[in-house]
Amino acid sequence: MGSAAEFFQHLMNGLTLGGIYALIALGYTMVYGILKFINFAHGDILMVGSYIGLFVYNAIRGQILGFWTIIAFFLSMLVGMVFSAVLGIAIERIAYKPLRKATRLAPLLSAIGVSFILSNLAAWMWGTKSKKLEYPFNNAPLHIGGVAITPHQILILVVVIVMMVALKLFIDRSRMGKAMRATSLDQDTAKLMGVKVDRIIALTFAIGSALAATAGFLIALEIKVYPSMGTMTGLKAFVAAVVGGIGNISGAMVGGILLGLIETFGVALIGIPYGLRDTIAFAVLIIILLVKPEGLLGKAEKEKV
Amino acid sequence: MILLETKQLTRAYGGVIAVSKVDFEVEQGLITGLIGPNGAGKTTLFNNITGLDVPTSGTVHYKGKEITGKSAHSICRMGVARTFQNIRLFKELTVLENVMVGRHFKVGTSPTKGRFGSVLKSFISLGNEEFEMKKEALHWLDFFELGELSDELAKNLPYGHQRELEIARALATEPSLLFLDEPAAGMNPQETEHLMSTIRRIRALGITVVLIEHDMKLVMNICDTITVLNYGQNIAQGTPKEIKRNPLVIEAYLGKEDE
Repeated sequence: MGSAAEFFQHLMNGLTLGGIYALIALGYTMVYGILKFINFAHGDILMVGSYIGLFVYNAIRGQILGFWTIIAFFLSMLVGMVFSAVLGIAIERIAYKPLRKATRLAPLLSAIGVSFILSNLAAWMWGTKSKKLEYPFNNAPLHIGGVAITPHQILILVVVIVMMVALKLFIDRSRMGKAMRATSLDQDTAKLMGVKVDRIIALTFAIGSALAATAGFLIALEIKVYPSMGTMTGLKAFVAAVVGGIGNISGAMVGGILLGLIETFGVALIGIPYGLRDTIAFAVLIIILLVKPEGLLGKAEKEKV
Repeated sequence: MILLETKQLTRAYGGVIAVSKVDFEVEQGLITGLIGPNGAGKTTLFNNITGLDVPTSGTVHYKGKEITGKSAHSICRMGVARTFQNIRLFKELTVLENVMVGRHFKVGTSPTKGRFGSVLKSFISLGNEEFEMKKEALHWLDFFELGELSDELAKNLPYGHQRELEIARALATEPSLLFLDEPAAGMNPQETEHLMSTIRRIRALGITVVLIEHDMKLVMNICDTITVLNYGQNIAQGTPKEIKRNPLVIEAYLGKEDE
């Protein structure tokens, strides 16, 4: 193991990556919690949100740097979030809702179909060449005790933390959050308590998709935006949700951050070749499925009588 | 006044007719018992009235309006609440949260607000809505003397308390009409006694109660009127005394007991 500074450096990198996974994993887990269904188009909703955010940002940013570009940055992110939220609701309404009473396989296949449609549409409309977000400000790293932290990393961590806290508050403490939890536990009974379950499902898709768009926009900040960007990131975030315990909100947060750390430390400290980095997540998935299939924070599900 | 009425209500599952052309009336302010042997269609009738199931044919009218086939949440919002034979609490929510869900549509919903207006408001006024819901929810918990257990997870409650909590949650929706599906199932005689006084207290609030029950002592004691189902059909209707003497009922149901 290297020096302490090196360790903290990787920790920082791992946390940033993990935070992004966590934001995406939340969408998978929330939808699963309510519909017992994996929304395989989630990664592509993220991609669309990133493109929209990027277009808006590059259009309004102008040449000014500094404080105002930060406002422009958050405004663009917000537009991307809203767009993705509406897209998520529309996809649910058109491609999943009519299949709610069909076999379990049907909505899953529908989701895979939606995923291909979105990524192909994006490639057709916006081209396959990746696009880069103009930096909102000077990204020269700050050196704190030998650890290089970029302003982007700080921005990502702040956004991730704010989103998570807001979501936790909403789910645990708000009226709609309670209705959401009730719906995920027993849909029929929630209906009989006057909860409009269809509305709650739409809300779940909206929140999950908005979080995915946020994550995508943060990825745009660090890497690039391209039509298939949602595929691998989405799959890994899905792994994170399973690792944390699918259906469990805190589990998705823990799973995402853990996965980010494992990937970073796996390459940096254990010496897994960088080319195999993407396989780490899936190795972790297999191990979890063998050792604790319900996930770290998940509960072993009893068969319903 | 007739509060609720089904006309020729039929529910068939493929070839099996669970409920057949049932005319069922609920008089406002009375406690109505719904009895009959297992499989007579009592719970199916409840499901078809409360919107969990849709009748194959026939109608349901509530307060003079037809509600046949309406969604469960809108029927609930009109003032019809229920409990289940096999308790269906939100097990992973606390006692208080269970009752708060019953207050869901009472707080913060107004016809002028848009779809997601209420979501936004729910988030912004986190504290306010929460406070309002909590206050009312605690009131119903106190009604059942469950206030001290409010932070327990529902699944950790003893059986008798779970039954009470389910009724508290239903009452939190402020119903005019409450359906109880075998509320005394699994209770010992003291608990059943206590339940009877609770049901009378609920009636005293001006709520009309309909209950499915197998405990004949309870039914005969507190019901003002009784409807008997057998093989999905309404075979008798009347006061407890009339029902006890009805030869059809004795043959179908009470004949097995020495009453």
